Amino acid sequence: MARMATRQRVVISTIGAWLFGFLIFFPILWMVLASFKTELEAFAIPPSFLFFHWTLENYATVQERSDYFHHAMNSIIIAGGSTLIALLIAIPAAWSMAFSPTKRTKDILLWMLSTKMMPPVGVLVPIYLIFKTFGLLDSRIGLVFILCLGNLPIVIWMLFTYFKEIPRDILEAARMDGATIGRELVYVLTPMAIPGLASTLLLNLILAWNEAFWTLNLSTSNAAPLTTFIASYSSPEGLFWAKLSAASTLAIAPILVLGWFSQKQLVRGLTFGAVK
Amino acid sequence: MGQITLQGVQKSFGPVHIIKGADLDIADGSFVVFVGPSGCGKTTLLRLIAGLEDVSGGKILIDGKNVVDTPPAKRGLSMVFQSYALYPHMSVRGNIGFGLKMAGLAKDEINRKVEAAAATLNLSPYLDRKPRELSGGQRQRVAIGRAIVREPKAFLFDEPLSNLDAALRVQMRIEVTRLQKQLGTTAIYVTHDQVEAMTMADKIVVLNGGKIEQYGSPLELYERPANLFVAGFIGSPKMNFVTGELALQKGAATIGVRPEHLKIERDGGGGWQGTIAVAEHLGSDTFLYVDAGPLGMLTARYIGELSLHAGDRVSLVPDPQRIHRFDDGGNALRG
Ligand SMILES: Nc1ncnc2c1ncn2[C@@H]1O[C@H](COP(=O)(O)OP(=O)(O)OP(=O)(O)O)[C@@H](O)[C@H]1O
Ligand SMILES: [Mg+2]
Repeated sequence: MARMATRQRVVISTIGAWLFGFLIFFPILWMVLASFKTELEAFAIPPSFLFFHWTLENYATVQERSDYFHHAMNSIIIAGGSTLIALLIAIPAAWSMAFSPTKRTKDILLWMLSTKMMPPVGVLVPIYLIFKTFGLLDSRIGLVFILCLGNLPIVIWMLFTYFKEIPRDILEAARMDGATIGRELVYVLTPMAIPGLASTLLLNLILAWNEAFWTLNLSTSNAAPLTTFIASYSSPEGLFWAKLSAASTLAIAPILVLGWFSQKQLVRGLTFGAVK
Repeated sequence: MGQITLQGVQKSFGPVHIIKGADLDIADGSFVVFVGPSGCGKTTLLRLIAGLEDVSGGKILIDGKNVVDTPPAKRGLSMVFQSYALYPHMSVRGNIGFGLKMAGLAKDEINRKVEAAAATLNLSPYLDRKPRELSGGQRQRVAIGRAIVREPKAFLFDEPLSNLDAALRVQMRIEVTRLQKQLGTTAIYVTHDQVEAMTMADKIVVLNGGKIEQYGSPLELYERPANLFVAGFIGSPKMNFVTGELALQKGAATIGVRPEHLKIERDGGGGWQGTIAVAEHLGSDTFLYVDAGPLGMLTARYIGELSLHAGDRVSLVPDPQRIHRFDDGGNALRG
């Protein structure tokens, strides 16, 4: 009896999990499907699920109308660049806060996080003016800079929680073994923190890749990443569902593939070091 | 060379004064053990010497050079941690060789030295394993290997054996002592196990509440404890203390007699009368816990088996040569 009951529960919860997973995945599936439809079919009611005229026409149009690779390159540079620079700043910052905390360390951490609580639109005008003054509007450097600063608090927080888990003794052992602080960072701390670093890097890459507020507001064409590329298809003259879907599918594809191959690291990252 | 001198070393954590002025002279090549109750500052003192904590006052001299402003990496000491603190991402070879790599030695020289150290510690078969694939005792050996391979001026050990089981602890205790004698390197060893202290040490430092109570050889501490604290701390079972009339007769505030210096006689003898509350028969020894009325509970030790049991009346005769006398302040009276 008891075994039957647990079996039933396993079956029910498996079905439940699949349903729930499907529900979450559905919008992406729908978008991908829509990208292969004609514009007419894309907003036909009732919608057709699989039995429509599969076409690659939207992708062709999208590539013709706006240069996908140009935007993709910008996305890679902006997301990648901002993530790498953020990591370079965050590793020593988190290291010092985790291993030589002072009375103010907690306050600094909270203060950093509090900057994330402010809606970015609140500082749009001053940032815009600063960018304008320094000629950073629509430049990749400007976007790398702003996304790096925007995500820095989260990167530092994540690394801090990972570093905190590394036993102090081991770093002290390295110091006794004659390692200078730089070598301690390179040979001991960083290798031990690699899983944490990897998940921080991935998560931050995704955040930066999808960041739409600053990228939309501070870039138009030269530096415009894929977010701008998508946005250009939701125009006021009328929606082109199929083309918008094709653009979006193209935009998320690289990061989706990356995410798929690094699921394990990501799960660790999202649980913020709680899973050993 | 590894001659270490502490001069008025102090340490405070914020307002809390932990080490209250320690003076100590550790001769080159000697094995010095820090003992004391938990929280007395043994680890703190060791970490001050290592340089892992900064002193709040005083000087630490290594071979005559004040090192209080020298970072741990430059003091030329090596440390074995209670938690082993092995580098989890490196093999045993990497762990042992790390210090040599930091010192900039050539690869084949590192390998040669690592292999020699591993051979001494019976670690040769495990050189390519990761620490997590080793047993506790093997990890401990790796930690020791990491310390010896660098040929430091001194070894610092912080309760290195306390995570091992009893049998292994005895075995490692002997190995560490043998290794230290063989290398002739100064060693400072923290423990709260007084058997370890008595058996391993050339000299023992008894710490209490951040102060050095006494510094001397194990037998000096046993035979001539400087004060009540040391008298009670060194020796097992603990020394018996008697106050009041009996002590005053000897011109002291307190007198102390070790359990092994009480002669046990059947009732009617001339000593201190009492009733056995508990008798422990170990075969090799017999411990009697005797309720001696106004004198309180006394412990007596008999070498060998003694067929006395709870409830029996006994009289305990202290060896007059072995009575320790202490004044009001707890300091030993001599002569
Ligand atoms: N970083 C620190 N900040 C504040 N207090 C500390 C710190 N390190 C140690 N202490 C305090 O200093 C005292 C001595 O600690 P220490 O670790 O030296 O004791 P110990 O003799 O090694 O004890 P044990 O035998 O339990 O290891 C303790 O009361 C401890 O609470
Ligand atoms: Mg300790």
